[in-house]
Amino acid sequence: MMGLALVVLGGLASADTLRITGEQVHTVSGETIDNGAVLVEDGRIVAVGADAQVPRPEGARQLSGAVVTPGLIDGWATAGLTGPHNHTPDQDHAERDQPVRPELRALDAWHPRDPLLGWIRGFGVTTVHAGPSPGQPVSGRTLVVSNRVARVGEVALVDDAFVVLSLGDGPKHRFAGQGTASRMGSAAVIRQALVEARDYAERRSLPVADRPPVDLGLEALVDLLEGRRRALVHAHRADDIHTALRIAEEFDLDIVLAGGAEAWLVADAIAEAGVPVLVGPVMARSWREGEQRNSSFSCAGALADAGVQVAFMSGYEGYVPKVRVVLWEAAVAGANGLGPERTLQALTLDAARILGIDDRTGSLDVGKRADIVVFDGDPLEYASHACAVVVGGEVVSETCR
Amino acid sequence: MWTLLLGTAWGAPMAFVGATLHPVDGPVIENGVLVVEDGKVLSVGLEVPAAAQTVDVSGKHIIPGLVDTHSHIGGARLNDDLSPTQPGLSAIDAFDPTHDSVARARAGGITTVNVMPGSGKLMGGQTAYLKLRSAVVVDDLILCTDPAPPFSTGPGPRRRTGICGGMKMANGTNPQGPGHDPKSRMGAAWLQREALGKGQDHFRKLKAGGGPDVPQPDQDALAQLVSGQRTVHFHTHRADDIATIAALQREFELDVVLHHVSEAWKVGDLIADAELPCSLIALDAPGGKQEALQVALENGAILEDKGVLVAFHTDDPITDSRLFLRSAGLAVRAGMSPAGALEALTLAPARMMRLDRRLGSLSAGKDADFVVLSGPPLSSWTQVEQTWVEGTLVFDRSTPEGARLATGGRPGMNVVGLDGRTPSGAVQ
Repeated sequence: MMGLALVVLGGLASADTLRITGEQVHTVSGETIDNGAVLVEDGRIVAVGADAQVPRPEGARQLSGAVVTPGLIDGWATAGLTGPHNHTPDQDHAERDQPVRPELRALDAWHPRDPLLGWIRGFGVTTVHAGPSPGQPVSGRTLVVSNRVARVGEVALVDDAFVVLSLGDGPKHRFAGQGTASRMGSAAVIRQALVEARDYAERRSLPVADRPPVDLGLEALVDLLEGRRRALVHAHRADDIHTALRIAEEFDLDIVLAGGAEAWLVADAIAEAGVPVLVGPVMARSWREGEQRNSSFSCAGALADAGVQVAFMSGYEGYVPKVRVVLWEAAVAGANGLGPERTLQALTLDAARILGIDDRTGSLDVGKRADIVVFDGDPLEYASHACAVVVGGEVVSETCR
Repeated sequence: MWTLLLGTAWGAPMAFVGATLHPVDGPVIENGVLVVEDGKVLSVGLEVPAAAQTVDVSGKHIIPGLVDTHSHIGGARLNDDLSPTQPGLSAIDAFDPTHDSVARARAGGITTVNVMPGSGKLMGGQTAYLKLRSAVVVDDLILCTDPAPPFSTGPGPRRRTGICGGMKMANGTNPQGPGHDPKSRMGAAWLQREALGKGQDHFRKLKAGGGPDVPQPDQDALAQLVSGQRTVHFHTHRADDIATIAALQREFELDVVLHHVSEAWKVGDLIADAELPCSLIALDAPGGKQEALQVALENGAILEDKGVLVAFHTDDPITDSRLFLRSAGLAVRAGMSPAGALEALTLAPARMMRLDRRLGSLSAGKDADFVVLSGPPLSSWTQVEQTWVEGTLVFDRSTPEGARLATGGRPGMNVVGLDGRTPSGAVQ
């Protein structure tokens, strides 16, 4: 629990030294510390422990509050690609010309100054897994990024993290005229793309004269087939989830499920496949027709009970509100079966594990990036506030929100 | 089985003992006793009547049934396209009480709703004030009856009548073309003035005894607006649109409730000076449409501070009726008082619908509409355990059907809109 890094302690603090204290410090990876402190130097956590035991470098900037947690992680968002205006100039989440576009990169559309990123940052979202919106059978690649205003190269944690695949209603609507007007069509388009990529990979090893021209999309799918990249599969209905698991097995893909409105109906199958789920939206408009019809506030809790690793995602919104706050999405799941501890873990460390960044963030441990939130009460209470948000050691918000 | 008539306070008095009572129109009572009889509240205090059947609700919290001033439950298609102003249409003709959105509203503790046409028209039609009794036919949900046509009441603005619904109006971008009129805010205000002017003309004829022999439901409804008998529920977002409504209100002496009011924080003084009640929406983030770019969770706190009558609404499906309490919780987060926020879900909306003599607080003589909560009203951890309408239990989370409604999802087929009331063997 108590960790002291090998840094010069007790001397003069650098300008970047930050000392954060809380009545409760949720490390998430270990025990919650009463009256704890976190010491941050040069963007990293250098000490975590009881307040009395953590050094107090002279000149360190102080932050304090009731509850200190790791920064929150939005498991999959189009925030950063979809601005608040919801008009063409600020929407960069989707191509609509053809159903297969794995060459797209979220990195090329990441807009760190998007106001909605600031909005969710104010509520403690320090890391965003940004990607194209669901709805294209094979879409582009996602970006795991630190939620700070800086050039994308500076803040990216994982370039091209996942290739996005979508099943269900989305592709039916968006590409109805291009062979995906049915669920059969979406699955067939995905399989065809993967088969072409497999063939492309084989022909790439031919003598130079016989090699195919470089195809950026197929290159991305080859990475997927060869295990260098994972697939993020958007599926809501239970049968779509089974289709996702089936295609993953056929092509030996490493997948993460996203959406999962009916995942609670097939929790055991998902657990057996060892596939994590990014749940969202929790507050789905489920009375409407369509694939989110059976979504449940209890979904995340039921999945966790079955042994499935879960995190939360804000996803894509086509109307108001234009972005969701995962903290609030998770609060509803928390009150409906997931409970406080598992909910906080899903928002932080489990999200980091699912995204493959738990070596760098997701918990308050020495050596990790200083992604930290200070709340004035139970983080999951409606009326609590995030009063300080720290991203990579930088205090990005100090207003109680 | 769907029967939820598990409890009823008809016949003998029923005393709910041990809960923290939030009457809203009086101080919070710890370890209190709520007594109901024949669908009405008999007493709110500490005494248990000798004859009463007691129900132990120790550790729970009881609040008045929630009143939603702006809802689209009932499975209706929201906007017709007969004309930019269509005062003769009525939401009551498009409401299905067996749609499970209605049951979900009960699961959120909502007992009274103003069901509205959409905002796609400048005057979308008449709204309906409904009590969410467990019933199959909409007639059994009606709170009160409109006067028989032709227009039958006397002159004078702001009188209480039996009119049990308002009129939906809208400005800003939703009712604008391009495929239909109006195409600008100028056109919108003009068409609204034109319609209301017709209402004044009709009202004058009626008062003089010179009205038509046959009822004219659309003209009568317009006359009810300009005589202050029918409340206008006015969808609006931007500050300039709010100011336009204030002007229309002055010109036509309307009884107006502003709805959504995203930019209320810019024109708080104008709203307060014009004494315009505000029914607010709590959105998780700004944006999604141009007019909502500057929506603020602080609206509740700012308007409360200026003495404006403030309510919240779900605008279901925009926000979920099952999470209506959350709207007030977020308002408290943004600075509103907890007492004011709870009032904004109960007594304040009842006032806006002129139903406050009958409901909106826990007080003797009012309808026995109340909600049993597992904890404090505005906590995210609190669950709605029971909803009672007029002394009858209409939602109970402890039953499998209640739990399904409260959390969502159904284990069987994916059937749209059914609320589970099916004979055995039918899809559910």
